[in-house]
Amino acid sequence: MKKSVFLGALTIAGLAATASMASTLDDVKARGKLNCGVSTGLVGFAAPDANGRWNGFDVAVCRAVAAAVLGDSDAVNFVPTTGKTRFTALASGEVDMLARNTTWTFTRDVDLKFEFVGVNYYDGQGFMVPKSLGVSSAKELDGATVCIQTGTTTELNLADFFRSNNMSYEPVPIETNAEAQQQFLAGACDTLTTDASGLAATRAAFENPDDFVVLPEIISKEPLGPLVRHGDNQWGDIVRWVLNGLISAEELGITSANVDELAKGTNNPEINRMLGTEGNLGEMLGLDKDWLIRAIKVNGNYGEIFEANIGEKTPLGLSRGLNAQWTEGGLIYSPPFR
Amino acid sequence: MTTLTDPPKESFRLSMLLYDSRYRSMTIQIIVLMGFMLGAAWLINNARINLAEAGKPITFGFLWEPSGYDINQRLIDYSSRSTHARAAVVGILNTLLVAVMGCLTATIIGVLIGVLRLSKNWMVSRLAAVYVEGLRNVPVLLWIVLTMAIMAEFMPQPREFRGENPSARMYLFDSVAITNRGVYIPEPKFTNGLGDIPVAMSLRPDQCESYLEGGELADSCGLFQISLDLWLIIAVLLAGIFVAKLNTMRANRIQAATGERPNTLWVNLAVIVLPTLAVLWYLGFYLERPVLKGFNFRGGIHMRNSLIALWLALSLYTGAFIAEIVRAGILAIPKGQSEAAAALGLRQGKIMRLVILPQAWRVIFPPLISQFLNLTKNSSLAIAVGYMDVTGTLGGITLNQTGREMETVLLLMLVYLIISLTVSAVMNAYNKRNALKER
Ligand SMILES: N[C@@H](CCC(=O)N[C@@H](CS)C(=O)NCC(=O)O)C(=O)O
Repeated sequence: MKKSVFLGALTIAGLAATASMASTLDDVKARGKLNCGVSTGLVGFAAPDANGRWNGFDVAVCRAVAAAVLGDSDAVNFVPTTGKTRFTALASGEVDMLARNTTWTFTRDVDLKFEFVGVNYYDGQGFMVPKSLGVSSAKELDGATVCIQTGTTTELNLADFFRSNNMSYEPVPIETNAEAQQQFLAGACDTLTTDASGLAATRAAFENPDDFVVLPEIISKEPLGPLVRHGDNQWGDIVRWVLNGLISAEELGITSANVDELAKGTNNPEINRMLGTEGNLGEMLGLDKDWLIRAIKVNGNYGEIFEANIGEKTPLGLSRGLNAQWTEGGLIYSPPFR
Repeated sequence: MTTLTDPPKESFRLSMLLYDSRYRSMTIQIIVLMGFMLGAAWLINNARINLAEAGKPITFGFLWEPSGYDINQRLIDYSSRSTHARAAVVGILNTLLVAVMGCLTATIIGVLIGVLRLSKNWMVSRLAAVYVEGLRNVPVLLWIVLTMAIMAEFMPQPREFRGENPSARMYLFDSVAITNRGVYIPEPKFTNGLGDIPVAMSLRPDQCESYLEGGELADSCGLFQISLDLWLIIAVLLAGIFVAKLNTMRANRIQAATGERPNTLWVNLAVIVLPTLAVLWYLGFYLERPVLKGFNFRGGIHMRNSLIALWLALSLYTGAFIAEIVRAGILAIPKGQSEAAAALGLRQGKIMRLVILPQAWRVIFPPLISQFLNLTKNSSLAIAVGYMDVTGTLGGITLNQTGREMETVLLLMLVYLIISLTVSAVMNAYNKRNALKER
């Protein structure tokens, strides 16, 4: 008797556990808002401006997805996450997607059960030092005190780099970029290490950026991209193809300025398929036919987003380099829309 | 007599479980217990199923994988090639270190401030009150962060010690350096040291090969290593104290028999100090000073910013609570005690030390235990200043790099539970021994 009650409870528990799986797309539509995990504040990538409006290279991806899915690029809750909290936030469903300088690695993809939908910035880890330290190469950093953000790939690369070069160092583990910046400026560490783009962003926010240099060595590959949870392929496809849409738009010359014009129909079938005048790609995703028009209208195509937030004319001054279109000798490449 | 018969034996009926007050409370307890166990089973099973469904069944295998990250403060040998389990042990030792240091200083501060708060001097007692109210009414996290910020912002950088005319100087004959990365103090070393002995060599037999063949002892051999020098010194010191005790007992006997007490101070000092000094000399004891080399000071003991911030903030904060406990304990001793002591001609300080505190101690001790436990658990706020305690290693970086939230948090809870239960068991045993025995 006692046993059967217990087993009954177990079965109910089992049912309760399985019944809660709804699709992310339905959740987002029902909520009317997209929950997007971003960093706690990294100028150029994701940071609130003076009016509290989030802006940046990663934020633009969130807004494009919100525009495609909900028709409103402002229907986004930006959830600031640290290097440590981001994966828990995504895995627990607190956010629907992450766009937060996150490196695509095997274990994150396979073991942590996430799905990277693509790469929006090809990066690598670098070191920044004050010029007055008189260091010109990372190989001269033996014995240095190094500020790192915990819970990042940075932390692991750093250990490997110093170990394989037979050098010692003193790690100072830090939660957020803002704290790392403060400690670094106070001289509590000799060097700050993270993704080179992150260093450029951090340096751009300094009062005297010219007093600091980024050392020439890049010690790792850091393909950064948006990610979603394993197991909801439809949602993964939506985020993937919004990103691909922004990238293809640059390749095919669709911009925020001319997208309305082109949406009336062109003689390039791929543009027509993307903008919904031909075929029904939008419906296949579970969206409508104008999804990509809305996404591109928000901040323009990939190239426009790059130039506006982190490009050469911004304080970050990053050149396209690896992040140029494949047609220009870079790695940015979208599969075809067909 | 025979008229008195036993009441007719009532046979047990099921309804009696509910209506008979002899059984009712038992029934309720059993039902509540079953309900509780069912609830717990449901929760556990639900978590298990959900985790399995998310493709993350509970496993602890990751503990034996290389951790891949470095830890700055390690009391035992550790590198990024060591396992996650070892990183957890490094973290546990760091937790224990700051907890022990914190409990000691908090007690000293607490007793001092608690006594001062009862002082007849208005100024002194007000100042102590300000201390207590100021510290205990602000969350300890803020104290930790504030201490850390002050250290990082206002102390000189190591490179300010460099050059002909450095802007920062070392203290105590160039042996102590206070920098914004922590405090460097001299480290005791031995030129003829006896070396170390590895414990639990079977854990990493490959690291111990050369040692077993009579060669050098690698730092990475064994779970941890114990210093023979330290043990020798402690042994000699204890032996000296024992002999001094015997000498004092002898003096007591002579005093009881003849009324005259032979002077014990010098003999006692000699038997404690001289042999210890001799051992130190034999081992070639010296203090290694920290010196500026490259980016940082090398040599000596490096007490990191994070340790100091956490230690100071926790001891000052918990000290404020202990001060109140001490004050309450002292006030619990009837006034007659101190009046009687005064009538015997004892001076204020002696009354406190010999009459009041020993009695108050019994009142103070039980709440003191819970303050120690609080301090230990509060030490997990270490994360705010990057101190690598067990929350930082196992519950921080390991959790994050392996994505094993459930497993690491369960382990973490187990660790704190074991630490707390051990502390309270030891303290309760001590308390029992010293409690008033009523006869
Ligand atoms: N790409 C690395 C590092 C990511 C990372 O934490 N980047 C820093 C600097 S580039 C950041 O975004 N900080 C912002 C914050 O702390 O919120 C990873 O995925 O582990």
